[in-house]
This record gives sequence, C-alpha cells and structure tokens, in this order.
Amino acid sequence: MVTVVNDNAVLRQRAWDVAASVVDPEIPVLSIADLGVLRDVVLDGGHVEVAITPTYSGCPAMNMIALEIEIALERAGFHHPKVRTVLSPAWTTDWMSEEGREKLRAYGIVPPQASSSRRALFGEQAVACPQCGSDKTELLSEFGSTSCKALWRCKSCREPFDYFKCH
Amino acid sequence: MLVANIQVSETPLVLYALRRADDALILGHRLSEWCGHAPMLEEDMALSNIALDLIGQARELYTYAAKAEGRDNDEDKLAYLRDVRQYRNLLLVEQPNGDFAQTLVRQFFYSAFADLYWRAMLNSRDATLAAIAAKSEKESAYHLRHASEWIIRLGDGTDESHARAQGAIDHLWAYTGEMFAVDDGERALIHAGIAIDPGALRGRWLTTLSDVIGEATLKLPQNDWMQQGGRSGRHSEHLGHLLSELQSMQRTFPGLTW
Repeated sequence: MVTVVNDNAVLRQRAWDVAASVVDPEIPVLSIADLGVLRDVVLDGGHVEVAITPTYSGCPAMNMIALEIEIALERAGFHHPKVRTVLSPAWTTDWMSEEGREKLRAYGIVPPQASSSRRALFGEQAVACPQCGSDKTELLSEFGSTSCKALWRCKSCREPFDYFKCH
Repeated sequence: MLVANIQVSETPLVLYALRRADDALILGHRLSEWCGHAPMLEEDMALSNIALDLIGQARELYTYAAKAEGRDNDEDKLAYLRDVRQYRNLLLVEQPNGDFAQTLVRQFFYSAFADLYWRAMLNSRDATLAAIAAKSEKESAYHLRHASEWIIRLGDGTDESHARAQGAIDHLWAYTGEMFAVDDGERALIHAGIAIDPGALRGRWLTTLSDVIGEATLKLPQNDWMQQGGRSGRHSEHLGHLLSELQSMQRTFPGLTW
C-alpha cells in the first residue's frame, strides 16, 4: 500500500506542477502559483480537481485561467479535470511569492507593497520607479490597463509605469 | 420572442444577496455606459474598471443567491431573466448617468456607503458573504477615493462645474435614504449576525459626505424626505429601459452563449 500512496503523491505533485505552469494571460511573467491563485490540487479516483481563488472581483482573466488549467492538464494526460473556485479565505496580494514579486519588478511593474491595501481617504503613498529607482513619482490614475494595476509616472526619468495594486 | 421570467423563492437570505447583487449589477451597467464616452482616457478606464469590479461583485452575489435558493437558477438567469418588478436594487443606482457630475455624485453617495458596508460585513457569520466582503471592501476604498477626488474637483472648480455638482446632489439626495432601511427579513438576518445594521453606518456615512462636500465648497440638502421602493420592486421608469438593453440578447436568443 505504501507504493500506492507514494504513486498518488507523485501523481498529485505532477498535476500540481502542470497547473502551476499556467500563467496569468495579462501578466505572462507570473504563474498562477506565483500569484497565489492556485490553492489546491486533489486527486480523486484518477481525476484531478484544482481549486483556484479569484483575485479582483471583476478580473476577466479568471475564466481564461480556468480554461488554461483544463487544457494543460488534458495535454499532460490528466483527463476530464475539474476547476473549482473557492472564495474563502479571500485572495490577497500578500500571497504573492517573493519570486513572483521579483519577476514583476524585472518586467517593469512595481509589485504590491505589503499590508498597505487600505490607506486613508487621501493618504500619500510612496512607490519607487521600477526603471531608475527614484522615489519622486506621482499617481496618474488608480485605474490602469487591467483591474490589478494603477498608472504612475516617474518625475525623475519621466517614464510612466504600472503599479500592481494591493488587494 | 420573449423568454418567460424565472421565479425566485425569496427567502430572507436569498433576497438579501439578491438586493446587493442587483445594486452592483445595475450600477456597474450604468458606469459601463460611459465606456468610450468619458471626458478623457484615464477616466474612461477608471469608470470601466469600477464597472468591472461591480459586475464581478454582482456575479459572486448572484451565484451565492442561487446556491442559497437551491433550485436551478444561476447567476445568468438571475441577471437576464427577471423583469423590472423582480429587481431589488436601490433606486439610486438605476438613475440615469445624466452629466458627468450626476454620475459622480451617484457614485460618491453609493461608494461612501459601500465602503462602510463591506468593511462591516467582514464580520458576517456567513462565510461566503464575509469572503465577498473581503474583496469588495478593498475595491470600495478606491472607488470612494476616486469619486471623492472628483466631487472636490467639480465643486471647487468652475462656476459651471460647481452648479452642476450642486444640482446633482440636490437631485439625487432623496434616493439615499433607502440604503439605511431594513425590513423584517433583514432584521432577522442582522439579529443572527449574517447581515449588519445599515442604520448604524449612517453617522459615519454623513461624516464622509460632510468632509468631502465641505472641501468641495458644496452643500448637503437639509431636506429629510426620502423616496423608497427599489428594495421591494417598485422602480423608477429608468430601470425598464436599462434592462431592455442589458437583457436583449438573452431575451431574443434564449440560452445564447459566446
């Protein structure tokens, strides 16, 4: 029986790795594991069930991610996989891995700053420019090209840049 | 050609989720009407982003309402196959966009409430509602910031923008009372710790309003008379027109999928 358990563990790990390789369609440098969206992978009688958690309420990438997981698992030989959405506990940018944060920065997007998700109505926030490192920056709009990003501009190098909003 | 309306068994919990879902969907739809028409690109993106957040919140709440009801309804049927009298949203959110000031005042009144509401709902004993609140309260915080900045900019701007903002405040004020009303079903949910008492938020809501409206050199109306009806399906004429657009595809081609 020990072998069976081990086989299951190996198989589950393989399924996890396949699911974890799926990337965010809007920020393709981040995998869903980096994002903390991938919550669980369960093997049930040869079938795989993957649990993911939605990020921002209105993020249209979630449907795409669920579809990509199914396709990736089918391709890897896990037939008829299921993707389940879990709401609780609610996703937060605190779940983003260190590796994920570094990938974001290298991609030119400032990663979310830990535990600053709710600031005072008109509180100031300091975000350093991902290009030149200057902290002389200004917020242009809290709403950017996707629901997770805000648009900033660096006053030193004059480059606009994205900031991954805390959530 | 029209598809029949669905029937919904409105237990207190189903109705509670449905009312909040309808608020979010209808306001989200209203904001989406600005897409491609906002005064500048950043604002076009902002309003569309907020619309997306609200429609996302609506989807989660509809899915939960359908689950709580336990029949064969789902988020799509609840959104597309109920008629005006079955909608339970606040009258405030269905009011037409009007000019930019009217859209932003409507957004400000609602966001100032939603911000407090979702934060209070973090403590709901209902795990799903608390999880939806955990997302929504973060989104509401920046929705409120966005609307507040505009109220100040418009009120403390030109004579024209000031007059339009004050006109919108005076016009929409009577629709704000409904946010704080509760019926017997909701009172039972509040007692059970599933819902929160919105009346308890009114003081802080007024403080947010006074702070921002004061800085904007605008004035809050002194009139206390409030219009009601949305929560029980008695709507203004505007909702029917909105639904005819929102539902037209599903009503014309039942079960249509992309």
